[in-house]
Amino acid sequence: MRAIRRLFRQGKIGNRLNRGVGGDLLVVLFVGLFAAFSSLPLIFAIMHSLKPLGELFLFPPRFFVMEPTLENYVSLFQVTTNMWVPITRYLYNSLFITFAGSFGQIVVVALAAYPLAKHVFPGRSALNQLIIFALLFSTTVLMVPSFVIMTYLGLVDTHLAVILPAMQRTMGLFLMVSFMYQIPTDSIEAARIDGCGEFGILWKIVMPVVKPATMTMLIFAFQELWRSTGDGFIFTENLKTLPVAFSQIQAVGIARLGMFAAASAIMMVPPIILFFVAQHRVMETMAHSGIKG
Amino acid sequence: MTNTKALSLGYRIKRSWISYLMLAPFFLLFFVFTILPVLSSIVLSFTNFNMLETPSFAGLSNYRHLLVNDQVFWIAFRNTMIFTLVTGPAGYVLMVFLAWFINELRGFIRTLLTLLIYAPSMIAGAAFFIWFIIFSPDAHGYLNGFLMRWNIIHEPVMWLLDARYVLGVLMVVQLWISMGAGFLAVLAGFKAVDRTYYEAAAIDGVRNRFQELWHVTLPLIAPQMFFAAIMQLAGSFAVWEISVHMAGFPSTEYAASTIVTHIVDYAQIRYELGNASALAVILFFLMLVVNLGLRKLFVNKVNT
Repeated sequence: MRAIRRLFRQGKIGNRLNRGVGGDLLVVLFVGLFAAFSSLPLIFAIMHSLKPLGELFLFPPRFFVMEPTLENYVSLFQVTTNMWVPITRYLYNSLFITFAGSFGQIVVVALAAYPLAKHVFPGRSALNQLIIFALLFSTTVLMVPSFVIMTYLGLVDTHLAVILPAMQRTMGLFLMVSFMYQIPTDSIEAARIDGCGEFGILWKIVMPVVKPATMTMLIFAFQELWRSTGDGFIFTENLKTLPVAFSQIQAVGIARLGMFAAASAIMMVPPIILFFVAQHRVMETMAHSGIKG
Repeated sequence: MTNTKALSLGYRIKRSWISYLMLAPFFLLFFVFTILPVLSSIVLSFTNFNMLETPSFAGLSNYRHLLVNDQVFWIAFRNTMIFTLVTGPAGYVLMVFLAWFINELRGFIRTLLTLLIYAPSMIAGAAFFIWFIIFSPDAHGYLNGFLMRWNIIHEPVMWLLDARYVLGVLMVVQLWISMGAGFLAVLAGFKAVDRTYYEAAAIDGVRNRFQELWHVTLPLIAPQMFFAAIMQLAGSFAVWEISVHMAGFPSTEYAASTIVTHIVDYAQIRYELGNASALAVILFFLMLVVNLGLRKLFVNKVNT
């Protein structure tokens, strides 16, 4: 209680302008409660990975681990060091797909979002509508047509089969357009008068302001690609990703459940680290350069 | 600038070449990996296609089959509508409040709480087991155990197997995991608002944080709010994974069937891709109607 009060006094919670202590308390209470509730799956996944085999199959199941052990992690390490295809190969594949896909998505989406938000050209509003419509079509039925197209383009069994589709995420584009739309046209016009080209404007004026959107998009892209299993397009063992390797570990038998829990916990680490870094950057950069409507 | 209306279309297209150049990479990929598959599946919705033989033209018979003969379709339709009407608006309001509240916080605790609230949608698949334990049908399930200790119920309720409760349980879980894309976008939007607006508003007579939200912040972040609304809508309409994971597939009396679980049933179990595609087209038009309604709400505030 005293700690919270001290936070208020130092102005660490809230903007201080138009803020009362009662409201601050309510905010902390509500967010704290909801966060506690939402953290259950995360904590459970970590707990689960620390359980010895006997506790994993315990009935009734328990939330908290009674005798925490690292045995699941140790045996996971032993199994993965003796695989036919080295685990580092799967790791490399996942990292390659994740980084290439995320980077590609940000570049391609930013390029397209800028004219959609800030240029006047024939077809602009039609394209803006189209990207929203695309979000509404159920992807479940697209597997077969997609496979035919991938085959035709010779992309089956290559990493490009995952990377290229990831570069055209309409959700990312829609998000980016929303943020770029808020940039005052005046600042863009001014740069244009100073002789700055469109690519220069995008890079020097627009991208710094939409950093929160870029970071948010990076979070989405990273987590989606990091858990990608190749989407049914990758068949060569050498090209498969880390999630596939881990699910193969589990497929051997029920006794591998502990190892799979450890693997699941490890898989969560990179997206969480990225989330922290990205969110923190959003905080830092936005202190003074904001959107002016 | 000259009056654009007066210029010929050809000239305006030619003058905008740089815009088209910037759009080219995205829309080229978009055409190949989204538009083409969607168009093919619209075509497939008018055929009989079992994934092995060449599709044969079937006219409107898939649609007739779904709307007239398929009773599960109407159950799934009803469930999806109820589900969307509840979790759509409720999730949206909850999301805005959480984003707003989190934006009041600073420093490490802000990032940590954001992560915890976002976590269920980040770890998705790994999270189902915990809800399974909470809503477990025996006396050991957390919810049953809790309610029985407080004498609210006297025998365990089969939350996930009883057709009366299962949809409600799924709605709760959906609210829990719906703090995803829209949530982060709105949060980023909040963060991006220039501080000077709040100072100006305070001078103009804004006296508390709710007035600030209502009169200053929300109008400024209308594009992000629209984005979040569309994501919420698409997420609610397209729900299927939590239904399959928690209520089983098929669920008791199809009580947890949704349009998308029905699509999955046709596509991945019966291999009737014609019917599955027709369902996807119906769902698409359903969402389109709601989307147009949302657009009316946000009219003049967003550029689309």
